[in-house]
Amino acid sequence: MTAQSQASLSKIFLAFARIGLLGFGGGPAMIPLVRDEVVTRHQWMDDDAFADVLAIANTLPGPIATKMPGYIGYRIGGFSGCAVAVAAVIVPMVLAMILLLGLFSRYREVEWIQGMGFAVIPVVMIMMGQLTLDFWNKSRLALGPWTSLVLGAGSGVLIYLLGIHPGWIIGALLATAMLAPEPRRKEVDQ
Amino acid sequence: MIYWELFLAFFIPNIIGYGGGPAIIPLIEAEVVGRYGWMSAQEFAETLALGNALPSPIATKMAGQIGFDVAGAGGALVAVLATVVPSLLLMLGALGLLYRYRDSPRVKRMSQWVRPVIAMMMAWLTWGFFSEGLETSGLIHTLVIGSVAALALLRLRIHPAFVVLAALAYGGLLLG
Repeated sequence: MTAQSQASLSKIFLAFARIGLLGFGGGPAMIPLVRDEVVTRHQWMDDDAFADVLAIANTLPGPIATKMPGYIGYRIGGFSGCAVAVAAVIVPMVLAMILLLGLFSRYREVEWIQGMGFAVIPVVMIMMGQLTLDFWNKSRLALGPWTSLVLGAGSGVLIYLLGIHPGWIIGALLATAMLAPEPRRKEVDQ
Repeated sequence: MIYWELFLAFFIPNIIGYGGGPAIIPLIEAEVVGRYGWMSAQEFAETLALGNALPSPIATKMAGQIGFDVAGAGGALVAVLATVVPSLLLMLGALGLLYRYRDSPRVKRMSQWVRPVIAMMMAWLTWGFFSEGLETSGLIHTLVIGSVAALALLRLRIHPAFVVLAALAYGGLLLG
């Protein structure tokens, strides 16, 4: 019993460490990797169960790439399985971030190192612009351009001109979305 | 006290940030640069650049690094736990309930309604990085780096890690 759960903990660790190290491009890009390990390689769950876990994870806020390993780890290895799976995904790269940026900050006074820091700002600007477009397009497709524009511009005024914390605005929207009556046009339910 | 602030700074973005990891980036910026002033826009940009160049989820990488920067190993732990634990506990605790509502139009509506707000905050942050670029490396360099990066990332689909490396080389040679 103990030997078996020990073995599976190390298997859980290896599977999710691989996912963390290969998962370039953020959480959503990691979903196929999780499926590969969990469904195809180790057969810890079947495709239907995996699809359910994904659907449920999507109903909750927060990063998808920690909810899925956490839940799957719990299902196959209890609380320790959960902790091991989450740690395996996130800890190696958190350490890499701390080491690399720590090294960078230490030599910040050196002129050419400072130049390197300056040069990444326009790159990050493009990455953020790309995300902006991505979110705007998804929003336009789901809500239409006018509703999206009104929601975006309205919240922009509240956040940046009136200085209201974004948490209040998003919280209010979430509460309204949850409590307001459902739209009629989604007919065929159940 | 600092641990409590760190907890809040990462708990709030993650509990309202519908739409996956990237959605929480502008929310975290609002906390760590805007509200608490723990880092400058420049340092946030550096964290984000490295975060995009390395694998694994962006939200936890940023939490760990910023938490460590602010309050050492304990800070990193608090920030990462605030990012991971609340939604994971919800998922484990309310699985049946969530399963029943996974296709509910209300649940879909939640992420749909939040998205334009996040898009707006992302646009604001993009603009902030533009003016930060103007300030630190001037208009010409900002435009050169920005357009090459846009071409590489959007058109040629080159991996962000290589784009960040190329920018580092450019900056080390020309901006030092």
